[in-house]
Amino acid sequence: MAQPLVKKDDDRDEEADYSPFLGIEKGAVLQEARVFNDPQLDPRRCSQVITKLLYLLNQGESFTKVEATEVFFAVTKLFQSKDIGLRRMVYVMIKELSPSADEVIIVTSSLMKDMTSKTDMYRANAIRVLCRITDGTLLTQIERYLKQAIVDKNPVVASAALVSGIHLLQTNPEIVKRWSNEVQEAVQSRAALVQFHALALLHQIRQNDRLAVNKLVSSLTRGSARSPLAQCLLIRYTSQVIRESANNIQTGDRPFYDFLEGCLRHKAEMVIFEAARAITELNGVTSRELTPAITVLQLFLSSSKPVLRFAAVRTLNKVAMTHPTAVTNCNIDMESLISDQNRSIATLAITTLLKTGNESSVDRLMKQITNFMSDIADEFKIVVVEAIRSLCLKFPLKHRSLMNFLSNILREEGGFEYKKAIVDSIVILIRDIPEAKETGLLHLCEFIEDCEFTYLSTQILHFLGIEGPKTSDPSKYIRYIYNRVHLENATVRAGAVSTLAKFGAMVDALKPRIFVLLRRCLFDTDDEVRDRATLYLNTLGGDGAVVETGADVKEFLFGSLDIPLVNLENSLKNYEPSEKPFDINYVPKEVKTQPLAEKKAPGKKPAGLGAPPPGPPSTVDAYEKLLSSIPEFANFGKLFKSSAPVELTEAETEYAVNVVKHIFDGHVVFQYNCTNTIPEQLLENVTVIVDASEAEEFAEVASKPLRSLPYDSPGQTFVAFEKPEGVPAVGKFSNMLRFIVKEVDPSTGEAEEDGVEDEYQLEDLEVITADYILKVGVSNFRNAWESMGADFERVDEYGLGPRDSLAEAVNAVIDLLGMHPCEGTEVVPPNSRSHTCLLSGVYIGNVKVLVRLQFGLDGPKDVAMKLAVRSEDENVSDAIHEIVASG
Amino acid sequence: MELCPLIKNILLLDSEGKRVAVKYYSDDWPTNSAKEAFEKAVFSKTQKTNARTEAEITMFDNYIVVYKFVQDLHFFVTGGENENEIILATVLQGFFDAVGLLLRGNEDKKEALENLDLILLCLDEIVDGGVILETDANVIAGKVDSHSMDSGAPLSEQTITQALATAREHLTRSLLQ
Repeated sequence: MAQPLVKKDDDRDEEADYSPFLGIEKGAVLQEARVFNDPQLDPRRCSQVITKLLYLLNQGESFTKVEATEVFFAVTKLFQSKDIGLRRMVYVMIKELSPSADEVIIVTSSLMKDMTSKTDMYRANAIRVLCRITDGTLLTQIERYLKQAIVDKNPVVASAALVSGIHLLQTNPEIVKRWSNEVQEAVQSRAALVQFHALALLHQIRQNDRLAVNKLVSSLTRGSARSPLAQCLLIRYTSQVIRESANNIQTGDRPFYDFLEGCLRHKAEMVIFEAARAITELNGVTSRELTPAITVLQLFLSSSKPVLRFAAVRTLNKVAMTHPTAVTNCNIDMESLISDQNRSIATLAITTLLKTGNESSVDRLMKQITNFMSDIADEFKIVVVEAIRSLCLKFPLKHRSLMNFLSNILREEGGFEYKKAIVDSIVILIRDIPEAKETGLLHLCEFIEDCEFTYLSTQILHFLGIEGPKTSDPSKYIRYIYNRVHLENATVRAGAVSTLAKFGAMVDALKPRIFVLLRRCLFDTDDEVRDRATLYLNTLGGDGAVVETGADVKEFLFGSLDIPLVNLENSLKNYEPSEKPFDINYVPKEVKTQPLAEKKAPGKKPAGLGAPPPGPPSTVDAYEKLLSSIPEFANFGKLFKSSAPVELTEAETEYAVNVVKHIFDGHVVFQYNCTNTIPEQLLENVTVIVDASEAEEFAEVASKPLRSLPYDSPGQTFVAFEKPEGVPAVGKFSNMLRFIVKEVDPSTGEAEEDGVEDEYQLEDLEVITADYILKVGVSNFRNAWESMGADFERVDEYGLGPRDSLAEAVNAVIDLLGMHPCEGTEVVPPNSRSHTCLLSGVYIGNVKVLVRLQFGLDGPKDVAMKLAVRSEDENVSDAIHEIVASG
Repeated sequence: MELCPLIKNILLLDSEGKRVAVKYYSDDWPTNSAKEAFEKAVFSKTQKTNARTEAEITMFDNYIVVYKFVQDLHFFVTGGENENEIILATVLQGFFDAVGLLLRGNEDKKEALENLDLILLCLDEIVDGGVILETDANVIAGKVDSHSMDSGAPLSEQTITQALATAREHLTRSLLQ
């Protein structure tokens, strides 16, 4: 730092960290703020004090309510000064203090005076301040001035009013919507930024009126906007119009495409880029439409500005996911970006190349990447690893070099997330490419020899236990696994013991040797390790006891736990030691979807004696407790499933009612959650009269009325039906709320003695087949699918007709079946033409069901679907097809 | 769907990552500690890069951050992950150049703190509640400067003609770039 030497103030130089605010203290500054009250104001000094106050706020200091009010009142005094600079600071200060409604009134008149001042700067700023702090009531008073300001000839004033309008539209839409004539006029303004702000506001005012937006876009795209920002907005609005009109136009040229293409030749880079990006994001974009956009992005790739290179490579990266061939032209430019100073750009370039590369270029690319990997951060490395994984799945023949690459980087330094990404990738490659299995497993074995992450070690050991025994020479893995028992912590040791047992169960030839190893583990220092060793020796017959049948052992060792761990934990906590052993079949299997919010029964505590379970219980638990506490329903058996609440009334009606369907093996219980929204009423003896004439298989057996329903405190009434056992009976029910209404005196809150009987019609309710399917996930769909076998597989194809998008079709089918999407397959990547979705669930009667849905676009909008169902019962497989066929 | 370009925050930090002046326009960071955590992350991610000749860019936590450094001042502008990067860079350039004009070429932390009022006004003129108000550095500096000259605050050491001369010099320099 040579600079301080030329400064005149010598003592300042001593202090390397000199700041004019050194040693500043809130209390002292608040004291100083008293100068605002001086009869003779010193504008310069006042400005300095405000700067100090703003500095404190900016550093994260906060004022108490009292302090803020005090400062605010003092600041309002400063409106007396005519000093422009001071006034400017006053405006900023008021905005920072965000005064309360009663305080706002104090400054309103001063600000309104400034709003009509002759000084442009006063008008513009007063508008921004007032609109920031005002509420709706004041707004009507100043509306007239704001409308004038929008068409003010000074662009700063007009922009201030328009931008304030954009903010106010969120809170007071009905007022701002009245300004559309003025805003419309401002769109024609000659000032570039006024047009930008007016366009933004006008579009937000009209955004729900598709026709108006269409008209706006059509008229503006004929000319050209005055500022690049406005042009960018126009491009965004245009792509929105294209998106929304796409449904109606089946053939021919896309409307407005010419406008977007024209924008590629605009002089401002931001407009060129916005247009190029818009084109790449068009629904079902063709390669002919893409070409000009790709060309300009390619030019950006060799720009000297990092921002342009980044923007271009990021967009091309996205395009490469759906149209890899369109991007191949840029590969040469892209390869030079691998050495870009900016590592974000380099990473994006690499991953794009990995997506677009062909089989022959893989080896060359890998060489380049190896050099690159050493000097980027872990988060980027993870992106690269994921890209390599998908490349390997695309070109299975290249698995050797790619797998080598992965094992090399696995040996290098790296954090947990990075290592986990590599391990996950190797595991996926082993699963999907049979030829890669043996080398992959050996790489993993070598990795656990020197792995510092317990989690990864145990995961790999588990995986080895499943895959290792199926290889040609399982014995070579034993050494690696048994080494863990010597060298690692207790968690890993226990995992290794389980893995050894799996080898013993699967490979008879290894059994005697495994027993020797397991017996050694009986002397481990850790309980869990010893327990596991004892258990496995027992089940495998290593201690000479009676051996269980092989299938049972395998089921025990390899079967997956189809119960969510949270549910198991809760059930175990609720279990009271008694003669009756704990039965795992009574643990609810429903995956917890949403926490129970308002549906909790008030005052109905479960009768359990033990300590209440910590944390919120799952919905199923709460329902189960609630239902079992009602004697009428106690003998219905185990609750199979509870649906999500279905609204039976419109929002904001007198009585809000929703219903939850509880499915039992031979019964169905409807739980009506009622809320009384009228303060002047008390409802008593509330019941729901259900007409089940359209649900032939159901017969009403019990109903539990709600004795009293006061204002705003929800209550439940129940109706129970009997239905044929184990059968997914469906039907439609119409509902009528019946009750005795009593007037309540609002002043005393007391209800009158006499009530009147009344009825209230609710919407119909349906029990559908999806109500009989539980959302139960499986951890590994492929394994589950294969172990289920094709015995009861049913496959058929369906045409789903025209749909808005593939994603919409996928979601519709998922909702229809009410099953659990596995492995994130419910997400459809944009612009894809086909998609596979995996679902799992449990059908009533505890029958596991797996579904594989393959969707494809057939023609421009028609979606076709291939549905494959596997289950443990052919009737169930057929039933799933019936749901889809009738859906 | 929000179509108008939005700025999430503008940060001016020193060479140790401490605040000189910051302004947040988004509720993504509700508390001061959340803000400080974000600033720390941004600073440590960008610290080693050379953003002195051209604005640089990075992306993390679903934000895009463009940044530029001069002396011991680090300028940042943050936007959402779907924002047009070049729009963000334009805002950054406007802020950067306007501060340069207002500090008359002496862009360092000390000068910035001594003229903090100008910096704060400058932020106030660039973005209002996330919406871009102005990106032209000369217009921004002009709006800020006209007031400070009347107040005769820190700029008083210079006469108005001097100030105008420096401003003109900067203007021509920025035009020549």
